[in-house]
Amino acid sequence: MALDTAVIKKDFPILHQQVGERPLVFLDSAASSQKPQSVLDAMQHYYETTHANVHRGVYAIAERATAMFEEARTKAARFIGAPASREVLFTKNVTEGINLVANAWGRSNLRPGDVVLLTEIEHHANLVPWLMLKEQLGIELRYIPVGDDSQLDLSDLDRLLDGVKLVGVTALSNVLGTIPPVRRIADAAHAVGAVCLADGAQYTPHMTTDVVELGVDFFGFTAHKMLGPTGIGVMWGREELLEAMPPFLGGGEMIRDVRPDGFTPNELPWKFEAGTPPIAEAVGLGAAIDYLEALGMDEVRRHEVVLTDYALTSLAERHGDDLTIYGPTEASERGGVLSFAYKGIHPHDISQVLDQSGVCVRAGHHCAKPLMRRMGVGATARASFYVYNDESDVDALSEALTKTSDFFF
Amino acid sequence: MPLEDLYREIILDHYRSPRNRGELESPPAHRVEGYNPLCGDEVVVFLAVDGGQVTDLKIAGQGCSISQSSASMMSAAVKGKTLPEARALIRAFKGMMSIHEHRLDGDPGDGDGIGEGDGDGEIAATTPEVKLGDLEALQGVVKFPVRIKCATLSWNTLQQGLDEVAAT
Repeated sequence: MALDTAVIKKDFPILHQQVGERPLVFLDSAASSQKPQSVLDAMQHYYETTHANVHRGVYAIAERATAMFEEARTKAARFIGAPASREVLFTKNVTEGINLVANAWGRSNLRPGDVVLLTEIEHHANLVPWLMLKEQLGIELRYIPVGDDSQLDLSDLDRLLDGVKLVGVTALSNVLGTIPPVRRIADAAHAVGAVCLADGAQYTPHMTTDVVELGVDFFGFTAHKMLGPTGIGVMWGREELLEAMPPFLGGGEMIRDVRPDGFTPNELPWKFEAGTPPIAEAVGLGAAIDYLEALGMDEVRRHEVVLTDYALTSLAERHGDDLTIYGPTEASERGGVLSFAYKGIHPHDISQVLDQSGVCVRAGHHCAKPLMRRMGVGATARASFYVYNDESDVDALSEALTKTSDFFF
Repeated sequence: MPLEDLYREIILDHYRSPRNRGELESPPAHRVEGYNPLCGDEVVVFLAVDGGQVTDLKIAGQGCSISQSSASMMSAAVKGKTLPEARALIRAFKGMMSIHEHRLDGDPGDGDGIGEGDGDGEIAATTPEVKLGDLEALQGVVKFPVRIKCATLSWNTLQQGLDEVAAT
């Protein structure tokens, strides 16, 4: 194993608890990851020593709070290879980030009949904001289909791109683990004059992100899935696009001047950050980035490929045809997120019985109902891995699945 | 929390061998769908009402053991009942679920006519005219709050169906 999980597990206080005789086995990081002590300490320390509102006070702690907040932005920019930190907008999460693009970019660039091209494997976060625009502006939505091999079927991409103004694609499916060829899709989008948005919620926590390399125009990720706190995410956008866009939310911070009859928006990135921002959360995000960079993102990815390979192999060996794991079959071609069906037992019931063994997995539609319908299932159970998981967690899952079967049959 | 509190034997029995599974021709039967947006579970209730009585009832759809067994037990309990009896059963069942829900929330209750039960047997004592019978096996669900919506899905769907029938 490339990462020393025995050491890493020690850094996460929540993993120290026991369920009965056994340690907690947390396999739901795709929903939200756990937080290392260093992130918790950074936020606590900020509140104990530094807290004041940012970009306002002239006193020392306010200046320091502002510096810490902006330092987190710089770290986030570097972490995803953004050319400039003013292109990094702090949002609440990816959902808010995509709503920002749909509203600020969408409303000023889309006309009735214009097409937004999405994919069949999107999370609701990259579906509903566009469905709302469809209702409000009369735009058309199209979908890149997913094949039975869990890969996007790009064979008809040229035809699908006709009349398209924006392509929205997940960089890593939260259900299948599929890693779409974002670069190829972005290039094809640009060839017809469209822009490309990638949802990096499941991507950035798990591998090196380079938005320039990916060739996209907008890219969102969220802190709480990458060891950071809830309440803060990032939407990165190319500067010229962001400059041309009207503000999203209005209020304090996002303005340069306000008169009774109008306002002048602030410059980037604050133009898109109305109201007091999540300051401690930004500090926490910065600490999470520090933690991940100390591990090395390439090591994080290598660790997850090895662990996913172990899971695919060992679970198939033990459970055979009783277990169906969805998504690409090669660990190197997928993320460490395993949706599965087991012996026809409903995912809720699987999750409930696994919980008795202290094994936490997600059950449900994973906010991807169109994909669930495409897969012909109502719900799946899902185990997902992160830096603190190792073979022992996979073995615990495997063991608990056998117990589930014993219980229901 | 012992799992057996949730998955009582009778619940597993209804899950493995669901009663009144299938469809009725609609119309004349009334067809009503219910969804649990949280988990994607769906139930379809087919309702034949004649002369103020639920003469037949079938259940279709998919879901977890709790939602499916609750629907199965509901179908067995409601079939053949008069409309007021069916509504009384719905009230009693939802009362059994919601009293505990309110207690969890620290809310004294919404005064829906069901007594403020405080433990096993209390429901039957405060609503003597309604016998929940086997359905009381589902009482353990309230110890697992996220599963309450699984248990009540088919009942809410039936209630909607009865309301729709009454409105036509």
